[in-house]
Amino acid sequence: MTRGLQILFFLAARIVVLFVLGLNVRRREWLPEHGPAVIVANHNSHLDTLVLMCLLPLSKLHLLRPVAAADYFLANRAMAWFSLNILRIIPIVRKPGERKEGAPGADPLAECHAALAAGEILILFPEGSRGEPEKMAALKKGIAHLAEKNPDAPVVPVFTHGLGKALPKGSFLLVPFFCDIFVGEPIRWPGDRAAFMEMLANRFAALAAEKAFAPWE
Amino acid sequence: MTQLSGMTPLQLAIAGIWAILILASIVVFALKRLQPERDHSELVSRTVSWWGMIALFTAAFLLSHTLSIVLFALVSFLAFKEYLSMIPTRRADRRVLFWAYLSIPVQYYWVADGWYGMFAVFIPVYMFLFLPFAMLLSQQTEGFLKAVGTLNWGLMLCVFSLNHAAFLLVLPVTGNTDPQAGAGLLLYLVFLTQFNDVAQYTWGRLFGSKPIVPVVSPKKTWEGFLGGLLTTTVVAVLVAPLVTPFDWQQAAASGLMIAAAGFIGDITVSAVKRDLGVKDTGSLIPGHGGIMDRIDSLTFTAPLFFHFVRYFHA
Repeated sequence: MTRGLQILFFLAARIVVLFVLGLNVRRREWLPEHGPAVIVANHNSHLDTLVLMCLLPLSKLHLLRPVAAADYFLANRAMAWFSLNILRIIPIVRKPGERKEGAPGADPLAECHAALAAGEILILFPEGSRGEPEKMAALKKGIAHLAEKNPDAPVVPVFTHGLGKALPKGSFLLVPFFCDIFVGEPIRWPGDRAAFMEMLANRFAALAAEKAFAPWE
Repeated sequence: MTQLSGMTPLQLAIAGIWAILILASIVVFALKRLQPERDHSELVSRTVSWWGMIALFTAAFLLSHTLSIVLFALVSFLAFKEYLSMIPTRRADRRVLFWAYLSIPVQYYWVADGWYGMFAVFIPVYMFLFLPFAMLLSQQTEGFLKAVGTLNWGLMLCVFSLNHAAFLLVLPVTGNTDPQAGAGLLLYLVFLTQFNDVAQYTWGRLFGSKPIVPVVSPKKTWEGFLGGLLTTTVVAVLVAPLVTPFDWQQAAASGLMIAAAGFIGDITVSAVKRDLGVKDTGSLIPGHGGIMDRIDSLTFTAPLFFHFVRYFHA
């Protein structure tokens, strides 16, 4: 039942994403075909999760697990049901002080490990929040811990541009823009966390420099 | 001629376009075979895209007028979205951009309704006056003039200009009660505009040496332009009896006008791209670039041809 609803929802989402927005995807073939794998992207908009989930074929939908903030996505019962059953998020409590033993999102890394062990594909936003639209913030290090514990899972960087223009934080009005989705070369675990974070930051910098984006201010 | 194999002139014209497409595809296939050492991938993807575009256009054309109007509205929407995605925009203007998008279905509704008076003024008068007002409400005056100027220009080019092509479908032509008269004129305009693009490109590739405006578009040459102008005019005279009420002088004039205006539309969009530092307006049509790269010439030929028809025959 929820699986059927999920497929219906993402069919509708695909129509909106492809028609209202329109994507220019470079190197789609680098996206993971199976788990375990981690897709990491910059975060500008609520559309990010949805668009990334629409990049893979519907037959892979059951493998996708976006990691999302519990304070927002589990804010009320309806939202929580939608987040857990349709988006199938792994909730994460962003402030360590608010994590309660046994509550959802209390040990986000453990759930991520379990998902990867089960051959799923995680979607992560290492900037931590959407922040200023179309500006990249420093990457948080949780992703390095995750990669260290799961050296077999490739980490695929994906840089998106335009989604923050179409639906920035704090707005409910969707304005159509073509969006760029640049997939970077998957990263294999290099052996230590500092080297991993440097590689990741470099990949994102290179992807962001691939095109001169139209100014937005 | 109209009785040929029981087809209407319009269907015959569409069949002719398919014949040209098939012939061109055979030439491309032969080129690939005869010159395997050269890279023909762009030519191949261009040809494949032509199949898609002509199939879509034929389907809409044969099914209904309304569907054709909807198809043109979609083309306007995609072109306008491409335009807004490549130009600098201001965050404060998001709401205004949304209003500008909303004007597309409204403007195309006037076409479906056949209301010429409103069609002719909605964007150039009402939207022209409304958009700067909507924009000043955010009270961000820095960059105001540039923002309102670029927005209006894009709306005129992608929506209002192109909209004229669709209005041909409902334009009453004097002394002609054939409901397909408008469709014939639209087909004539679109076919000649696209044919002229290909003709100028081909003449330019074969004999081009003297550039016309090298800073804007180094590949546009006098040889390509004049060769295209001549070919398009000859074709315009030849096919006019099939789908238009034109005598040969009018057909020749419209051929010359479409060839010249198409060229100007093409280099105008080239100038915009050069200003913005982009090569293509997008990546929607493989081998062609964006949708604006394909319809740039049509945005100039459509309003001129429309008023030419209206002046002489409506």
